[in-house]
Amino acid sequence: MISLKDLMQPHRIVMMLVFAGIVIWCAIALRWDWIPKYAPLALEGLWATVWILAVSTFFGFMLAVPLGLAQAVGPWYLSIPARTFCTIIRGTPLLLQIWLLYYGLGSLFPQFPWIRSSELWPYLRQAWPYAVLALTLSYAGYEGEVMRGAFSGVAKGQLEAAKSFGMPRFTMFRRIWLPQAVRNVLPTLGGETILQLKATPLVATITVMEIYAVSSRVRADTFIVYEPLLLLALVYMAIAGVIALAFRRLEKG
Amino acid sequence: MDTAAAAASSPETDTRREAIRVEDLHKSFGNLEVLKGVDLTAHQGDVVAIIGGSGSGKSTMLRCINFLETPSSGKIVIGGEEVVMRGDGSPANQKQIERIRTKLAMVFQQFNLWTHRTLLENVIEVPVHVLKVPKAEAIARAHELLNRVGLGGKEDTYPAYLSGGQQQRAAIARALAVDPSAMLFDEPTSALDPELVGEVLTVIRDLAAEGRTMLLVTHEMKFAREVANHVVYLYQGRIEEQGPPAEVFGNPQSDRLKQFLSSVA
Repeated sequence: MISLKDLMQPHRIVMMLVFAGIVIWCAIALRWDWIPKYAPLALEGLWATVWILAVSTFFGFMLAVPLGLAQAVGPWYLSIPARTFCTIIRGTPLLLQIWLLYYGLGSLFPQFPWIRSSELWPYLRQAWPYAVLALTLSYAGYEGEVMRGAFSGVAKGQLEAAKSFGMPRFTMFRRIWLPQAVRNVLPTLGGETILQLKATPLVATITVMEIYAVSSRVRADTFIVYEPLLLLALVYMAIAGVIALAFRRLEKG
Repeated sequence: MDTAAAAASSPETDTRREAIRVEDLHKSFGNLEVLKGVDLTAHQGDVVAIIGGSGSGKSTMLRCINFLETPSSGKIVIGGEEVVMRGDGSPANQKQIERIRTKLAMVFQQFNLWTHRTLLENVIEVPVHVLKVPKAEAIARAHELLNRVGLGGKEDTYPAYLSGGQQQRAAIARALAVDPSAMLFDEPTSALDPELVGEVLTVIRDLAAEGRTMLLVTHEMKFAREVANHVVYLYQGRIEEQGPPAEVFGNPQSDRLKQFLSSVA
């Protein structure tokens, strides 16, 4: 932690004054009167961003583990499909993937009466399942590649020691291999999760009302351009900060 | 020790229980045949030192015994139980291999302590998660073992913060925690700084003195002579000479062994 004495250095004081000046100027000179009206919508959007991020990174990572393992040590009939998947995901724009799923899959489904009459239809006719699916697959593709390196990077002796004591394969994977692999790539995963956060605005293009979509709505309704974007930037920075802190914690623990 | 040595030198009259038997063991890596038919028997309480030059196959032989390397052909019998093999020499029964491995604790040249776990966690890992010993019991035993190897008080330390000698002693404690019927040492002091070798050898010497069955691949000739009751000299994948240490070291028969002993002395 920075001590009070460190903070009171002349150059730091100047910087803080400049920053405070900018904040005060923003508060006084810019228009914020739209906030009360849009606050409920913004909260909903914020919630949508957060849960879409959380769900897609969680399930994406769950997929990345087998994808990485298959590429690192799997037989060819597992490693080739896994590598192909990762290559395609990493080689095409996320926006394209989202649109292909939403406009492709999403317009294919209604043609089948049995899908239309199924229990899932109320969900399949909405946009968010496609958004979550696309983001999950994207995260899985990138992290599958990261995990491939992570699994190969665990020292052979660590696994040999486990084997030599008769540890069953799955126990060895759960107790030794996976924890060491994840530990080695935690900093990378933290960075990738922040990238994933900043990929979420793309789902606004298929009508998902997350926080970026809310700022667009404000702009369209009120013709106020800069203020919603400034606030939006702050919100993303705050979420990114929380992610960075969480990963720093994990790295230490 | 003397009676044990005498017994080992005359296997026909040996009535002690057999711990490890290897028959006609072959192992090739591609075209390179590393083991060309090795036979070896260790009875309970035996300390067998395996010596030989670099590339003689001594580590490979040790690793074949618990199937870290899959033998190309041959027969391996552990505690009277023959390991089932496919025709090509590879084990046919993973469950059997895992069961047998829990009885053969291995100590590695590079220690191979699990780096993401503390010493205590390293020692209780296999008892708790493989042998299903109650955790409290495993922890109490781990404290005992760590004390025994002189690492009391280091329970919560991670391996990276320890010297090589300390890590190897912890690895020995980890091996003892599974209550093995035989211990396999793969050049346990070769990666250590000279001044740290002694502390590890002291621990191994104690284990030998309490009658543990051990196979010891080593370059420490003096130590081998002192603790082993049977010495095996491997040369290019074959046993060139074997016998009680006094004979192998004191009165080597083959020229190769003579040459080897003079080069390492």
